[in-house]
Amino acid sequence: MAVSPRFKTDLIAAIPSLRAFAVSLSQNADRADDLVQETLVKAWDKHESFQLGTNLKAWLFTILRNEFYSQMRKRGREVQDTDGAMTARLAVHPSQHGKLDLKDFRSALEQLPEDQREAIILIGASGFSYEEAAEICGCAVGTIKSRVSRARTRLQDILKVSGEAEYGPDAISAQVMGSSAA
Amino acid sequence: MRREDPLGSNSEIARRLKQYYDDLVSEEIPDRFADLLSKLEQAESSKG
Repeated sequence: MAVSPRFKTDLIAAIPSLRAFAVSLSQNADRADDLVQETLVKAWDKHESFQLGTNLKAWLFTILRNEFYSQMRKRGREVQDTDGAMTARLAVHPSQHGKLDLKDFRSALEQLPEDQREAIILIGASGFSYEEAAEICGCAVGTIKSRVSRARTRLQDILKVSGEAEYGPDAISAQVMGSSAA
Repeated sequence: MRREDPLGSNSEIARRLKQYYDDLVSEEIPDRFADLLSKLEQAESSKG
């Protein structure tokens, strides 16, 4: 069966999310684009195994995630560690006035173990439900919940924000920026 | 509404996370992906 034009259009539409997920996982822009490329090739080859009407984005994220972990096993840990050391050197010290900038957040995220990082990204940023995230990661819903919760606590520790205390002074700017957190 | 909210959806962390990710999503897409899909498509049509 040929790949339908619709499938191709949907693949193209998913590329920005796939890249964002790949960068979040690998913390490396070049590796991320290789992951996305590999994911697109695999998705194309396996298009017949995709069930129409189910969530294409979740299916693609699953492929990308599997590819990431299989590459990591092949390469061993040292590549990842080198990358981490590099960004740690580039990391900016926590800025004054308790206002976090993006670089602080990025380096904090990088300090999380992969399983916690992917969980908080899938739930907090990619817009998946706990059930979908559990399916993507091949684990129980409860496992995702506890990873998200640990990730959040860890990020709060690293960034020195306490869950709600920081909320006060920043609540106004969040409204101004039209935060879509729901 | 979920009863449990492990992320703390209204937290500073949740907002920063969203901002971090949205920045990534809105990055320009390299041409290599469009090229790749065109090649895949050509390969398929030449298979007949």
